[in-house]
Amino acid sequence: MSKQIIVPFGPQHPVLPEPIHLDLVLEDEKVVDVVPSIGYIHRGFEKLVEKREYTEYVYIAERTCGICSFVHGATYCQGIEQIMKIDVPERAQYLRVIWSEYSRLHSHLLWLGLFADSFGFENLFMSAWKIREGILDVMEETTGGRVIQGSCKVGGVRRDISNEKLDEMVKDLDRIDRDMKELTTVFLKDSSIQHRLRNVGVISREDAYHLGAVGPTARGSGVAIDARKLGYGAYDRLNVHVVTESCGDCYSRCAVRANELFTSTDLIRQAAKKIPEGPIDVKVTGSPDGEYFMRAEQPRGELVHYLKGNGTKFLVRSRIRTPTLTNIPALLKMLQGCELADVPVIVMSIDPCISCTER
Amino acid sequence: MTLENQTITCIDFGKLIGSVERFRNEGYRLVQIGCTKVGDQYEINYSFDKDYHFENLRITVTADIEIPSISGMYWNSFIYENEMHDLFGIPVRGMNIDFKGTFIRTAVKFPFSMPPVTVVKGDKP
Repeated sequence: MSKQIIVPFGPQHPVLPEPIHLDLVLEDEKVVDVVPSIGYIHRGFEKLVEKREYTEYVYIAERTCGICSFVHGATYCQGIEQIMKIDVPERAQYLRVIWSEYSRLHSHLLWLGLFADSFGFENLFMSAWKIREGILDVMEETTGGRVIQGSCKVGGVRRDISNEKLDEMVKDLDRIDRDMKELTTVFLKDSSIQHRLRNVGVISREDAYHLGAVGPTARGSGVAIDARKLGYGAYDRLNVHVVTESCGDCYSRCAVRANELFTSTDLIRQAAKKIPEGPIDVKVTGSPDGEYFMRAEQPRGELVHYLKGNGTKFLVRSRIRTPTLTNIPALLKMLQGCELADVPVIVMSIDPCISCTER
Repeated sequence: MTLENQTITCIDFGKLIGSVERFRNEGYRLVQIGCTKVGDQYEINYSFDKDYHFENLRITVTADIEIPSISGMYWNSFIYENEMHDLFGIPVRGMNIDFKGTFIRTAVKFPFSMPPVTVVKGDKP
C-alpha cells in the first residue's frame, strides 16, 4: 500500500463559488477516502422563524438561495397553505409553475456555464450565461426581481402576467430553445468534453438511491425521482417528463440537466396554454396550527420545508432540507477511487449549492 | 392543489432501530431527519419515501438521552445526525462519521438547544 497523505480541498477553490471543505485522503494520485465539512457560512435562517411572522418569513425563505429563491418561497408558501387549508386560485398555481420553470432554466444554464469552466471551456461558460441573461430578463420583467423575486406570498402571488406577455414569452421560448439546442449539442457531442466526463465520478443506481441522492444527481444514475410528480401547484395538470440517464457518471448528470432545459420550456408552454383567467390571491386570515412536510423539486433536486405552527403568528419550527445537503453522501461515494485531477469536475457535477446547505 | 398523503407514526424511543430497519428492508430511502423543540423535549422526525409514498417516524426525547445512530442501516444519516448534535446538542451514539461538533461550525454552540441560547452583543465565534 502506498503512503497515504491528506490534501485539503476548499473551502476556497477556483471551482467553488461557495465554501465547502473536503479532506481528500490520497494514495499516490488516487482518492481513497473523503471527509467533508461545512458550516463556514451557516446563517441560522431556521432560527429566525421564532422572530418573524409567518407571512413575513417568506422573504427569509426566499433568501435561502440566490439561484432557486423563487422555489424556496413557493415551497414555504405551499406548506403554510397546506396547514391552513387555503385554496389558492388556479391562476396563481400556474404562475408559480411558470416562474419555477424559469428558475430551473436559469439555474441549469448557470450550472452548465460553471461546469464548462471547471473543465476549462471558457467560451462555453460565456455562451451558457449569455442565454441565462435572457431568462433573468424575463424574471425581472414579470416579477420585478432578477435574483430575489418576491412575487410569491401565502395565499397566491403578488403579480400577474398579462396574457399578451405570456404569448410573447411563449414565442420567445422558440428562440431560447434554438440557442439551448446549439449549446447543449456542444456539451453532449463534443469529443473532448465526453473524454473529460465519461466514466468519471461514477455512482451506481443502487448507491445513488440508498445514499439519498436527489435531483439530477439521482436521475443521472437512473433513479427516476422527481418531486414534481407529486402534483403540487399546477403540476398535476401538466405532463411532466422525468429525464434520466443510466451511466451515473459526470456526463450523465450533465446530460440530465441539458435535457431538462427542454422539459422546462415545454412545461412553460403547457402552463401558458392552460392558465385560466381569475384572481391571483386570496385573503389569508388566522395563523397556522399544525404541521406539514412540503416537498418540491428545486433545480438541484427534492427540497423539503418542514413547517410547524401552534396557532400563533410565529411558527414553532421551519426546517429546510436542501438537495445539496442530501447529495453530499453520494458525492463522497463518487469521489472514492477517483483521480485527484478529477475532483473539481466531480464536485461540480452535483451542482453544489452551499448557500442552500448553510441556510 | 393535490394534497400529499403523509403519515407520522409516533414510536417509543426504544423501538427506533427496529422500525427504521423495517423501512430499510422495504426499500425506502431516507429523506431527512429533523428535530423540533416542543416544550422541554425534542421531537425527532425520520422521513422516508418510496415511490412517492412519504412516511415519518417520530420519537420524543429529552436532551439528556443519547439516541442511537441509524447509520448502520442508512449510511447517509450521518449528515442529519451530526446536524442534530451540532444545532440542538442532542448526543447520538455510534455514528459512522462523527464530526464531534465540527460539522456545522456555528458562532454559538448548540444554537437551537434548551434553554434558548442568548447571544450577547459583541460575542465572537
